[in-house]
Amino acid sequence: MDLFFEILVSALLVIGGFFGLVGSYGLVKLPDPMTRLHGPTKSATLGVGGVLLASMIYFAWFGAAPSLHELLITLFILLTAPVTGLMIAKANIHLQWTRDELPPTGTGTNWATLSDRPSLMDDGADLRLVDEGD
Amino acid sequence: MIAYALTFAFACFGIALLFNLYRVVIAPGVPDRILALDTMTINMIAMLTLFGLREGTEMYFEASLLFAMVGFVSTVAYAKFILRGDIIE
Repeated sequence: MDLFFEILVSALLVIGGFFGLVGSYGLVKLPDPMTRLHGPTKSATLGVGGVLLASMIYFAWFGAAPSLHELLITLFILLTAPVTGLMIAKANIHLQWTRDELPPTGTGTNWATLSDRPSLMDDGADLRLVDEGD
Repeated sequence: MIAYALTFAFACFGIALLFNLYRVVIAPGVPDRILALDTMTINMIAMLTLFGLREGTEMYFEASLLFAMVGFVSTVAYAKFILRGDIIE
């Protein structure tokens, strides 16, 4: 049984290392900023995920007691990676293109991040503060 | 067998960090630098976990959790600074 878990941990480590390398190579190799967003997502999910899973299995089988706290990091990275991707994509949109150059959205309204209209999350609190002379 | 796999993974993430460093120093635009820094923190989390595996302690778990949190906050702050010219409005 020890051999099985050794093979499993080694395979996860090799897969994780490979995808981490591929993700960072994509960051250098891919041609333009929006495609370059693709690369690091692979190293964020499969690369680090594989390494953390390997660590979890290793300490569960060879260590003193099984622990799940590597899952916490995995969960945190999986939750935050889309948010950072969105922020960087928005920065790219604002720096690279004007409104006329972007493709139409198909709904008649402008792209949400470029539109002048208040967003759905804006309840007018800022304007109320201005009215009250704050 | 695990020792060889660990060495392989260390080498992979080390080369990945060098790629990221290259992208931080030589980049066509500012968002690329932010993305490279974000990838750097993610690769460092993997490196710390690998180091903990090699040493056989779970002590480095806290360090990698801190890296994950601070890395996320700093990336969002950088992106926000580019978007709005301000971090806390």
